[in-house]
Amino acid sequence: MLGHRISRFGSAIVKQLAREGYLSATYGTRNLQRSYGHYLPSLPMVQRQTRTSQEAFFLNNHRFYTASATSSDETEKITIIFVDKDGEEIPVKVPIGMSVLEAAHENDIDLEGACEASLACSTCHVIVMDTEYYNKLEEPTDEENDMLDLAFGLTETSRLGCQVIASPELDGVRLAIPSATRNFAVDGFVPKPH
Amino acid sequence: MVLKVTKILAFQTLSGIYSAREFVWWYNGHPDYSGLKPDLKSTDTAVILGQGNVALDVARILLRPTTELASTDIARHALSALEESSIRKVFLIGRRGPVQAALTAKELREVLGIKNVHIRIKESDMSVTPADEEEMKNSRARKRIYELLSKAAAAAGTSKSDPDQRELHFVFFRQPDRFLESNERKGYVSGVNLEKTILDSTESGKQIAVGTGEFEDLNGSLMLKAIGYKSVPINGLPFDHKKGAVPNVSGRVVSQTLENLSQTEPGLYVCGWLKRGPVGIIATNLYCAEETVGSISEDIEKGVFKSSKAGSKGLMQLLEKREVKKVDFSGWEKIDAKEQQMGNERNKPREKLVTWKDLLAAAAAN
Repeated sequence: MLGHRISRFGSAIVKQLAREGYLSATYGTRNLQRSYGHYLPSLPMVQRQTRTSQEAFFLNNHRFYTASATSSDETEKITIIFVDKDGEEIPVKVPIGMSVLEAAHENDIDLEGACEASLACSTCHVIVMDTEYYNKLEEPTDEENDMLDLAFGLTETSRLGCQVIASPELDGVRLAIPSATRNFAVDGFVPKPH
Repeated sequence: MVLKVTKILAFQTLSGIYSAREFVWWYNGHPDYSGLKPDLKSTDTAVILGQGNVALDVARILLRPTTELASTDIARHALSALEESSIRKVFLIGRRGPVQAALTAKELREVLGIKNVHIRIKESDMSVTPADEEEMKNSRARKRIYELLSKAAAAAGTSKSDPDQRELHFVFFRQPDRFLESNERKGYVSGVNLEKTILDSTESGKQIAVGTGEFEDLNGSLMLKAIGYKSVPINGLPFDHKKGAVPNVSGRVVSQTLENLSQTEPGLYVCGWLKRGPVGIIATNLYCAEETVGSISEDIEKGVFKSSKAGSKGLMQLLEKREVKKVDFSGWEKIDAKEQQMGNERNKPREKLVTWKDLLAAAAAN
């Protein structure tokens, strides 16, 4: 019931944002489509910023967020630090229960999620930079391991971003995004270390 | 695309031999193959040459309970044929060992988990050599596949054999020499003659199969070849026959190579298997496409070619002029809707239209 009221409120907020031109064609729509996992060529990033909770609600239809601009965000958040291929560190606030892939998309981090988190690809491959944090994670399932087998630049602490869920003990974790995902370890191809 | 040419092709005229590609098109409802009518009733044994994912796919379709297949989008004519099928044993033949098998873990796991199917693997086939260990050390995927097969082999040893049970046999270290013709039914295949192989290490560390001169026969009246694909060249298009692909640099077609310098053909690009050879998974093609499109964009920006071609408008005009039947996207949407609607009536995600006549009619409907 509360969810329904919020959802109507949320869609009203989004309509207002759209009218104000805030959800522009390149920025808003791209990220809308992104959350549905459609592949798009990367557009130059408009600006790095954490989404407002209104956008977060609209785009992430799996989770409940407050849509009101004034009420406080009650979900606890942790910090995840993404490290891109140039070594740049991007800290983001991630609500507990959100997957790393969703968190990346919410924050314009360049992490592909071609199969929409259905464990049918390895494009959301991330490397947990500290073994201590890696060990805190639950063992990957067989299905995740099957896909990790095919990932480029696989390491001992690699995981699929769609399967890693933010939890309190992961606060401060650093996740590296592999530099090249063009090739997959199939059909005898041996990936060159990067 | 044609199947890799081997001397076995000479015997393709025996009935009961199909390429896995035709078979897959048949159960997937390809309009050109809906009339294939493979005979699944005169034998209890199917032999599949190859151990890649296509081979596994065919095995899966032959062995999975039809009650489960009934709620998928498998073509109706295939489902009917499978419901009356007498096939109970499927053999997957590989010329090398379990460490070299071309299949991948997810697909293997699925086939090993089919209800009421006994997996049969010779424990002796599972022994590894130092060269095998090296291969597994370099590839996590191979190691995990080997472990999956090991577990299945160990479990196979303990399970009792039940005559009504369906069986899936993984046969390693055997390469096909020739198909055998039936004595009772002239013109029909009755088995395949296999040569035992051993592995030989090459300089690159890769192990290849070498025949030992020892042969044995495997009986079966349904033979499926799933040993790879080869692209066919088009007249006038540069082609590397060894690789079976169009020579290219990042998707730009190479017209000739002089002293290690590749000269590319302006405005001509290639993508997919024709570019890389028949390898890779869906996601591989994703990035292959990205690379080729990247090259096209770059070239447009640099003004590498001036195209005066008429584009899609010109194509439409040409098709009209030649009175070629065509289906546009809205036509496809109508087909999609019709198939889904028909599927709905049968608890399937869709019921495929499998003839050109039906497809064109659906596309043209109001």
